[in-house]
Amino acid sequence: MNPVGFFFRSSIGRKILMAVTGAILIGFVVGHLVGNLQIFSHPDKINGYAQFLHQLGPLLWVARIGLLVAVVIHIWAATVLTLENRRARGPVPYGFKHTIRATLASRTMRLTGYVVLAFIVYHLAHFTLGAAQSGTFKANLPKYTMAQDYAVAGFPVVKAGTQVDDVYSMVAHGFQSPAVAIFYIVAVGLLSFHLLHGFDSLFQTLGWRTHRWAGALRAAAVAFCLAYFAGNLAIPGAVLAGKVKPRAVAAATR
Amino acid sequence: MVAANSTAPLSITLRVWRQAGPNQPGQFVDYQSKDLSPNMSFLEMLDVVNDQLTAKGEEPIAFAHDCREGICGTCSCTINGKPHGPGKGVATCQVYMRSFRDGDVVTVEPFRAAAFPVIKDLITDRSAFDKIQQAGGYITARAGSAPDANAIPVPKPDADLAMDAATCIGCGACVAACKNASAMLFVAAKVSHLGLVPQGQAERDKRVLAMVSTMDELGFGNCTNQYECSAACPKLISHDFIARLNRDYFNASLRASFQPESQSTGGGAG
Ligand code: HEM
Ligand code: FES
Repeated sequence: MNPVGFFFRSSIGRKILMAVTGAILIGFVVGHLVGNLQIFSHPDKINGYAQFLHQLGPLLWVARIGLLVAVVIHIWAATVLTLENRRARGPVPYGFKHTIRATLASRTMRLTGYVVLAFIVYHLAHFTLGAAQSGTFKANLPKYTMAQDYAVAGFPVVKAGTQVDDVYSMVAHGFQSPAVAIFYIVAVGLLSFHLLHGFDSLFQTLGWRTHRWAGALRAAAVAFCLAYFAGNLAIPGAVLAGKVKPRAVAAATR
Repeated sequence: MVAANSTAPLSITLRVWRQAGPNQPGQFVDYQSKDLSPNMSFLEMLDVVNDQLTAKGEEPIAFAHDCREGICGTCSCTINGKPHGPGKGVATCQVYMRSFRDGDVVTVEPFRAAAFPVIKDLITDRSAFDKIQQAGGYITARAGSAPDANAIPVPKPDADLAMDAATCIGCGACVAACKNASAMLFVAAKVSHLGLVPQGQAERDKRVLAMVSTMDELGFGNCTNQYECSAACPKLISHDFIARLNRDYFNASLRASFQPESQSTGGGAG
């Protein structure tokens, strides 16, 4: 067999694909959160950052297509493995159901995963395509003029005075709707819960976990998930609490 | 739990899966089992119930057993949802009635897995494990007089780890306990106990690839790293071996795909 056969057709191969794509997605969501936390700084920051990403042009598309492939493989593997797992129990289920030590997070991976998928679709429609809440979509808001240069690793990538999309205000408008904000909070909560199992499961799947450091790995997974959830909670939370406001409103009240 | 030295007799309601034969419908049937010694084993309790059933002219409960000392892996059934019943690191034959309380309802069912079809009542056909073993769970060795002891050096830590894996008695509790009826702990134990010692190296890659592909073909599920298997294992074999199996499989599949092969058409080491 060739490697494609090993990875796409065997049980362990599919699990490895799921772990590798899961790790890629973890890398993405962490980077995405760190980028978004710039909303707690001057609007120059997040608006300059968004402009910088769009200036990447073809590179941005490489990243987008790479992420799409990772998501598709992850969900494909999750789905085929789950269907096989259902069949493997056989025609008669246990009459007395009992769990010895499998965690709740591990037993709800499919549920949390598919809710996260629904969230991803909404999230793209909301902030990337403008299909949801289109009135306050970045393309329909007044342009933002950069007050200062936006620098990445010391290089000024977006110059002061550049007219850019006002992502800052779009996000603030978006989360002023409590329903939208709460949906985001619940969805990232479920994603954090997904990662509570996924984070250390991926080390086991890739063959790196042993009892000698499993405790430390578990602690790291819990700490990671709490930090990830807190960071994601902060953004809609701050808008709901009135700490972050759309720019025009902020200017009027100053 | 009744105190270990208690001698007060207990009575339980036994809720047993009764199924006349393969592919026949089955159902749970309740039996009252009275005045049991807390120090009798679970299988002895079944023997007593069966004696009473036989005396009444009813069909006794079919259950598998052999050594009755936890080394053969025959006595496989699920008690109150846990393969081999209450207790850690024991087989059904090592469960004693003192693990239950007077008046308990105790549910006994066969191991449930598509790859382990029910033959009758609590007995399942676990020959799927034999097929996995035959696919690669062996080494090719010179048969003849016993080799010199210590002719092949084996590092002590490797030998210890290999022996941990080799304690597998092939009972199938890992499959029965797994939420996905996966055989990964069994295959991991068999792959590791040979793969950790020098004698197992010649066939190491072939072994892991063949055993995993046979496991997949037989309809076992896929591991989701929930570690129910190692918790139910009567020998408490660690799921660390599953991580090791994953790594072994990954490396072997890359070598099988890219390692150079002999291109000569004749001669060679034929
Ligand atoms: C979009 C829908 C998703 C579905 C349906 C889904 C489903 C699953 C399933 C079924 C598993 C296997 C669980 C197990 O082995 O017990 C899993 C594992 C995992 N998921 Fe997801 N997931 C989704 C999204 C995500 C996202 C967005 C991320 C990362 C940010 C992620 C990260 C992981 C990781 C790291 C693992 C562990 C890999 C392993 O060792 O199995 N998943 N996912
Ligand atoms: S009868 Fe041999 S292990 Fe229980």
